[in-house]
Amino acid sequence: MTIDRTDARAFASESDMLASKRRRNRFRHDAIQVAIIAAAVALVALFAYAVKEGLARHGIQFSFSFLWDAAGFDISEGKTLVFDNGLWPSLTSFTADRTIAQAFVTGIVNTIKVAVLAIILSTVLGTLLGVGRLSTNWVVRNLSFWCVEFVRNTPLLIQLVFWYFAVVLHFPPLAAAAKFYGVVISQQGLYFPSPVWHGGSSPFAVAMAVACCAAILGLILNGRAKIRWICAGAAVVLLGVMLATGTLGLDYPVTSRFQASGGTSMSPEMAALLLAIVVNSASYIAEIVRGSIDALPKGQWEAAASLGLSRRNTVNDIILPQVFRVVLPSFGNQYISLTKNTALGIAIGYPELFNIYGTIANQTGHSLEGIVIVMVSYLVLSWVISGLVAWADRRLTKRGAAR
Amino acid sequence: MKLTKILTAGVFAGLALAATQASASVLDTVKQRGTLNCGTDNTAPGFGYLNTTTGQMEGLDVDFCKAVAAAVLGDASKVKFVTVTDKSRFDAVLTNQVDVVFAHTTIKPARESSIAVDFLPINFYDGTGIMVKADLGVKEFAELDGATFCTTQGSVTETVLTSAFKARGWANSKVLTYENLEKLFAALNSGRCNAMSTDKSALAAWAGNSPNPADYVILPDTLDKSPFAGFVAANDSKWRNALRWITYGLFQAEESGITQANLEEKLKSDDPFVQKFLGIGGGYGKDFGLSDDFVAQAIKAVGNYGEIYNRNLGPDTKMYLERKGTPNALWTEGGAIYSPLWN
Repeated sequence: MTIDRTDARAFASESDMLASKRRRNRFRHDAIQVAIIAAAVALVALFAYAVKEGLARHGIQFSFSFLWDAAGFDISEGKTLVFDNGLWPSLTSFTADRTIAQAFVTGIVNTIKVAVLAIILSTVLGTLLGVGRLSTNWVVRNLSFWCVEFVRNTPLLIQLVFWYFAVVLHFPPLAAAAKFYGVVISQQGLYFPSPVWHGGSSPFAVAMAVACCAAILGLILNGRAKIRWICAGAAVVLLGVMLATGTLGLDYPVTSRFQASGGTSMSPEMAALLLAIVVNSASYIAEIVRGSIDALPKGQWEAAASLGLSRRNTVNDIILPQVFRVVLPSFGNQYISLTKNTALGIAIGYPELFNIYGTIANQTGHSLEGIVIVMVSYLVLSWVISGLVAWADRRLTKRGAAR
Repeated sequence: MKLTKILTAGVFAGLALAATQASASVLDTVKQRGTLNCGTDNTAPGFGYLNTTTGQMEGLDVDFCKAVAAAVLGDASKVKFVTVTDKSRFDAVLTNQVDVVFAHTTIKPARESSIAVDFLPINFYDGTGIMVKADLGVKEFAELDGATFCTTQGSVTETVLTSAFKARGWANSKVLTYENLEKLFAALNSGRCNAMSTDKSALAAWAGNSPNPADYVILPDTLDKSPFAGFVAANDSKWRNALRWITYGLFQAEESGITQANLEEKLKSDDPFVQKFLGIGGGYGKDFGLSDDFVAQAIKAVGNYGEIYNRNLGPDTKMYLERKGTPNALWTEGGAIYSPLWN
C-alpha cells in the first residue's frame, strides 16, 4: 500500500511537473506572440511617423478633408451615390460639380460593374471551355485547348491593348454603324434597346408584371424540371402580352452626329476590358474545371455508363455537380484576381477605381491619401468576394451532405 | 527578442538614412554623383521626344536638361534622361528619382501648394487647343457639342475641358483620358475620339509628324493658357536658384546676342558685362554653388534660348510654331521671354 501511495505521489508530482512545464511553455508561447505583435505595431507606428515627418518636410498635409471638395473634372462614364432625397441614396451620373468622394465612388461602381459581369461570363465560358477540353469531338477539344493555351501564355495587359486598339476600335464609326433589331454596334459604343414601363399604376398592368416576376423567380429557384418549363412558358406569354398591349415598351437607341441616345449602352473601353478579362480568366477557370474533372475517380464515368446514361447526362448530372463542389474555392481565387485585374482598365482609359485615383491624385495632389483609399477599397472588395464564395461553398457542402 | 532588435535597428537605420538624404541640397548630390537625372517626356515631339531614326532624345525640354548638365557639371553628355508621364512626373521628383523635371508642365497653384514642387521660370507659353480629323468637317469648337474629347490623364486639360463644357451648357460631351499622347493620338485616328485636346504645341507636333499632316485640323480656339516650366522638389532653394539662373542665362544670352557660334569670340570681348556674364575673371556662378563660367558652358552645349527654340520648334522643323508675335518672343520684340537684371 505504501508503495502504491508513493507511486501515486510520484505520479502526482510528475503530473505537476508536466503541468508546470506546460504552463511555462504556454507562457513562452504567449510572450513570443505578444512580442511579435508589439514589434509589428511598433514597425507600423515608426513607418507612419517617418511618412508623416517626410510629408511635413515637404510641407504636405496628410488629411482626408479634400474628399469633400468639388471635383471639377468629368468622368467619361459611370454613376455615383447621391444623397439628394434625404438619407436614401440613389445612383446618378457623375458630373463635375460632385465631390471627390463621389468621384471615388464612381470608380468603385465602375470596377464592380466590370467585375460582376466578368465573374458571371467567365464562369460560364470557362466551364464550357473546360468541359470542351475533354470532349470526344476532335475539333472542339483542340479548339478549346488552343484557346486556353494561347490566352494563358500571353500577358493580360497586352491582350487588353489588343482587344481595344485592334478589335473594338475597328468597329464601324457611328455614321456607318452596324444595326440589327435595334442593337447598334459602333466604335463609339454598343447600344441596346432597353425596356421601359408605360403601364403606370393600373392594377391590370401591375398584376401582370408581378406575375411575370414570379414566373421568372420560379424558373430560377424551383428544382423540378416540369414546373420550370411551366414558369418559362408563363414568363414568355406574359412578356408577349405586355409588349403587345403597350404596358411595356422598348426604348431604341437613336444615333445622332457624335453619339447615340436612348436605350442602354456600353462604352468601347468597358467592352474591351470585359472581353479581355472574361477571355483571360475563362481560360484559367477552364483549367481548374478540367483538372477537377480529371481528378474525379474514373468509376464515376463507368458507373454512369453502366446505368445507361448518355455522355451529356453524365456530364450534366454526375460529373459537374461533383466538380462544382471541389472547384468553388479555386474559383474564389480566380474571382479575386479578376477583380484586381480590372485596374488594368487605366491602360485603355476605362474609368475604374485606379484610373480615377490617377486623375484625383493629379488634380488635388493628395496621392498618398488616395492610394490608401484605393487599397482599402480593393481589400474590402476581395474580402466580400471571398466571403460570398465561402458562404456558397458551405451551402453546397451542406446540401451535398444532406443528399 | 532577437527579431525585434533587428527590426528596430533596421527601422532606425532607415530613418537615419532618410534624414541625411533630406538635409543635403540636390545640387550637392548631383555634383557628387557626376550625372544629372533629368525627367522628360519621350512622346512629345518638339519638347521631349525619342527620335527613332537617330536613337537620340531631342526637344526643347531635352535641351534644357542638357543646358543644366553643362552648367552644373561642365559636360552636357552627363545627363541621364528618365522618362516621366504626365501622371508620374511629380512623384518622380518628390521621391528623388529625378533631380529636375522638364516635361511641358503647366504651372498651377495646386501643384505648388499640395504637391510641393517649386517651378522654374516659364520657358514656353502655350494654350489648350483642339484638334479634329479633317473629314469631320468641323471648323470651330462651338460645333462640337456632344462630341467625345480625349486628353491625357493628369493634365490640366481635363479640368479646362470640363469648365469649357459647363460655360457652354453642354451636357452630353464626354472627356476620355489616356495614359500618354501616343494612345491618345491612336484613339483620335481610330475615330473613338471626335477631338483630341491638349496643348497646341503638342497638337502641332503630332499632326506634323504624322504621315499625312493634311488629315488633321487644329481649331482656332484656345481654351486656356498653359505656361510651361521645369520644376524641382520644394524647399531646396539652393538647387532651385541655381536652375532659375541657368534658365535666365539662356534668355539673357539671346538678348545680348551671344550664340553657340560666336561664343569663342565673345569670350574675348572687352565688354565688362559680357565678361562677367560668361565668367571671365570672376562671374556670378560662385554664389549659386556653380562654376563662374556656367552660362558659357550651357551656351556651348545648346546655344541661347532662341537657338534652342529654332532647333526644336523653328521653321525648319516639322511642327513649326511661329514665334514672332507670341509670348514666346523676347521681351525686346514684344514677347514675354524676359530675364531679370544681371548687373
